[in-house]
Amino acid sequence: MTLRDVKFSYGVRPVLRDVDLTIPRGKLVAIMGGSGCGKTTILRLIGGQLHPTSGDVLVAGRPIAKLRGDELFRMRRRMGMMFQFGALFTDMTVYDNVAFPLREHTRLPEDIIHDLVIMKLHAVGLRGAAELRPAELSGGMARRVALARTVALDPMLIMYDEPFAGLDPISLTIIGDLIRRLNDALGATSVVVTHDVVESLKIVDYVYFVAEGRVIAQGTPEQVRASAVPFVRQFIDGETDGPVPFHYPAASYSSELMAAQHG
Amino acid sequence: MADLARILRRLGGGVVDKIWRLGYASRFIAMVLAASGMAFRRFSLTMRELYFAGVLSLVIISVSGLFVGMVLALQGFETLQNFGAAEAVGVLVATSLVKELGPVVAGLLFASRAGSAMTAEIGLMKTTEQLSAMEMMAVNPLARVIAPRFWAGVISMPMLAAIFSVMGVFGGWLVAVKLLGVDNGTFWSQMQAQIDFRLGIVNGVIKSLVFGTAITAIAVFEGYDATPTAEGVASATTRTVVASALAVLALDFVLTVFMFRGIGL
Repeated sequence: MTLRDVKFSYGVRPVLRDVDLTIPRGKLVAIMGGSGCGKTTILRLIGGQLHPTSGDVLVAGRPIAKLRGDELFRMRRRMGMMFQFGALFTDMTVYDNVAFPLREHTRLPEDIIHDLVIMKLHAVGLRGAAELRPAELSGGMARRVALARTVALDPMLIMYDEPFAGLDPISLTIIGDLIRRLNDALGATSVVVTHDVVESLKIVDYVYFVAEGRVIAQGTPEQVRASAVPFVRQFIDGETDGPVPFHYPAASYSSELMAAQHG
Repeated sequence: MADLARILRRLGGGVVDKIWRLGYASRFIAMVLAASGMAFRRFSLTMRELYFAGVLSLVIISVSGLFVGMVLALQGFETLQNFGAAEAVGVLVATSLVKELGPVVAGLLFASRAGSAMTAEIGLMKTTEQLSAMEMMAVNPLARVIAPRFWAGVISMPMLAAIFSVMGVFGGWLVAVKLLGVDNGTFWSQMQAQIDFRLGIVNGVIKSLVFGTAITAIAVFEGYDATPTAEGVASATTRTVVASALAVLALDFVLTVFMFRGIGL
C-alpha cells in the first residue's frame, strides 16, 4: 500500500501537503503525530471515503480514488477499519454487531455465522459478552468487540483509528497485543494511527511521523527511540514546548494585555 | 452605497444558500429512493422501523384523536343547535376529521413523536461514526439505515391518520350521543349519507400520504446532514420539527386548494 505525493485540503485549509509513505504487505505500521495533524484523514483516504486533491493512493496496486461504486465496495470488503470509539451499532447486541458484516456480505447459513462470530469473540476474549448491548460495555470491551467486527471477514488490510485513546493500562496492553496477534494470524497488513508512542512502539514494525501535513521522520521502533529529530524527541519525551509550540498562534502577549487596558 | 451592496450581497448569499440546500436535499432523497431496493427485499428491516415510527406512535395518536373528536362534538353541537341541526354533529365531526384534522394533526404529532426520533437517531449514528463504519464495511448506509426508515414513515403515516380519525369519530360519538343525547341512528346515518368516499376519504388519504412523505424526508435528511456534535444533533432535531410542521400546514393549504369544489370552478 502506497501514498505518493498526496495532497489534501478541506476547502482552502490544507491538511496534507505532501505525504509519501509505503506500507509493505504483512507489516504492522504506525502513523504518529499530534492531534489534528491529518492522521485520520490518511485513513479515510486509504478507505476511499475521501479523495486526494492530488497524488495517488494505491491499495494492493490499485488507485483507490479512481475506483467506482461496485469496485470500491469490493475493495472495502477486503479492508477493515476500527474507529476511534469502536462505532458499534448501538441498536444491536454484541453478537449481532460482529455478525453484521457476515450477514451483509455472505450467504452463509445462520449456524455457520454463529460459529464464526463465537470464534471472533473468543479471539478477543468476549465470548461471554455476546448478548450484551454496546451501552453495557466498558470502553476497552467496546474496542475489543469493534476489533472482532473489523476482522469478521478476514480482511487483508486493517486500519485502526486511535485504538488506544482513553483506555486504562490493562486494556491498552490487551488491545496492543490483539492488534499484533491478529495481524500475524491473518497475514494481514495493518495501519495504526495513534499518538500513543509508548504502546505503539512496543508492537509495530515501522513508524511514520506526520506533522504539518508531511512525513517528517520514519524508521523502525529502535531507530525512532534513538532519533535526534527535535519533533520526534518532543513527541517521545512528551515535552510541552518544542517544535510543536504550547501556544496557539496569537498576537504578542504584552500588546494584547495593553490593548485591553487602554480600551 | 457600500451598505446597500452589503445588504444585497447578504440577501443574495442567503437565498443562494437556501436554494443550494434544497437541491442538496432533493438529491439526497433521490439517492435514497434509488437505494430503496433493500428496504423491500429485506422487509424485516422496514418492519422494525414501522414498529418504532408507527406502533409506538399509536398511543399519542389515539388519545389525541379521541380528545379532538370530543371537543369537535362539543363545539359543533353548540353552534348547530342554534340552527336546529344538532343531529348533524356526526357529519361535522367526521368531515373535519377525515378531510382536515386527521391528516394535519396526526402529521404534526407524527413529526414531533417519530420524525424527531428519526433525526436524533440518525444524527447520533453519524456522530458516533456508525454510518462511516458501515460505509467502510462496504454497506451503503442509505440503503441499510435511511431507506427503511423513510419507507416506514411513508407507510405508517396514512394508517396513523386513519386511526386518528376513527378515534376522533368515536370521541365525537361519545360526547354527542352518550353525553348530549343526539339520536344514535341519526348520528350514524347522516354521517354515512353525507361523506363522499372520493371527495372525503380518498382526499384525506392522499393528504396523509403527502404529509408522511414530506415529514419523513425532512427527518432523515436532517439526521443525515446533522453536524456530528451534540449541539448539531440537537439543532437538527429542532429543525425537523419546525420544518415538518411548516411543511404540513403549507402543503395542506396547497392540497386543499386543489381538492376544493365549493365555488364550482
